[in-house]
Amino acid sequence: MGVGKKKSSWFDEESGYLVRPYAISGGRTSPEGSDFALITLVVAMPASRTLDRRREQPELTAILDLTQERPLAIVEIAARLDLPASVVKVLCGDLLDKSMIAVKKPSHEASAPSVELLERVINGIRRL
Amino acid sequence: MESAGYSQQGGSQLAMPTALKILIAGGFGVGKTTMIGSVSEVPPLETEEYMTQASVGVDDLAQIPEKTTTTVAMDFGRITLDTEHVLYLFGTPGQERFWFMWDDLAAGALGAVVLTDPRRLADSFASVDFFEQRRIPFAIGINCFYGRRECTAEEVNAALNLRNPAPVVMCDVRERESSKRVLLALLESAKTVAIG
Ligand SMILES: Nc1nc2c(ncn2[C@@H]2O[C@H](COP(=O)(O)OP(=O)(O)O)[C@@H](O)[C@H]2O)c(=O)[nH]1
Ligand SMILES: [Mg+2]
Repeated sequence: MGVGKKKSSWFDEESGYLVRPYAISGGRTSPEGSDFALITLVVAMPASRTLDRRREQPELTAILDLTQERPLAIVEIAARLDLPASVVKVLCGDLLDKSMIAVKKPSHEASAPSVELLERVINGIRRL
Repeated sequence: MESAGYSQQGGSQLAMPTALKILIAGGFGVGKTTMIGSVSEVPPLETEEYMTQASVGVDDLAQIPEKTTTTVAMDFGRITLDTEHVLYLFGTPGQERFWFMWDDLAAGALGAVVLTDPRRLADSFASVDFFEQRRIPFAIGINCFYGRRECTAEEVNAALNLRNPAPVVMCDVRERESSKRVLLALLESAKTVAIG
């Protein structure tokens, strides 16, 4: 399977029970109709630089570090931190509550894209 | 080091790019990860998601629903299209037991590529049904593993019994230009739909 396939640190093969993600997100999984999609973009707010990091959960500060310079999608953060996307969604919800990140939802236009949007995608692909 | 442009002054969201996605579907070993890698600006990344489903144990006399957790691996790549748009390509797990998560993946997708091994055309029937039913534009990439055309576009359309003919592109997804052609065929077809 895939590239760089590895056993996740959070999946306990023996019990088949997922311990770490629940602990990290305080037992929460992302709620139905969560505000975050897999490709919702996240970027750290300037205010997050003055945050007292010792008082924050390490996973929260890791997300802020990753998104300091450019926006990353939920799924990119998940891959880099080796966490399930649903856990990253919960953590980003916490960061958003604290106004530590700005987020951009994917285009609602995407499921019925305009000709103009499609042409921009086509041009972007041609330039590759 | 300046994230300010993305997040200050309430006008924040405008400066952030918009994310789009295209799915790459197909059976195991058909070349999904290879295709993503050939066009992505970063090596394909992999992530796992866990999905919880209610299920009733077969041996369970009391028939009490249990929660079963399945981990699903997906890989993806990223293409910065222009300053305002970033495109993510998702390799979707082809196995039918993962299909419960396809709806999530497909929501808001511009379209899909169904990668197909010409010797195993039947492996694509289920994916094609899925996208047809949801009216998600798709193109079929015939991954010509041996560099030969083992079938024609017409034969593929006939074999798949498509409601509306879909673009069929012969490809070698190890080559960027070839993968681009498949993506462009999909997008041109989506454009035809958009024009109406
Ligand atoms: N000859 C040839 N081999 C390919 C092509 N695409 C993929 N492969 C090989 O097929 C194998 C499986 O490809 P992979 O991308 O991992 O398939 P996936 O399971 O769909 O992600 C790899 O060893 C690739 O190098 C192709 O177009 N031509
Ligand atoms: Mg793969």
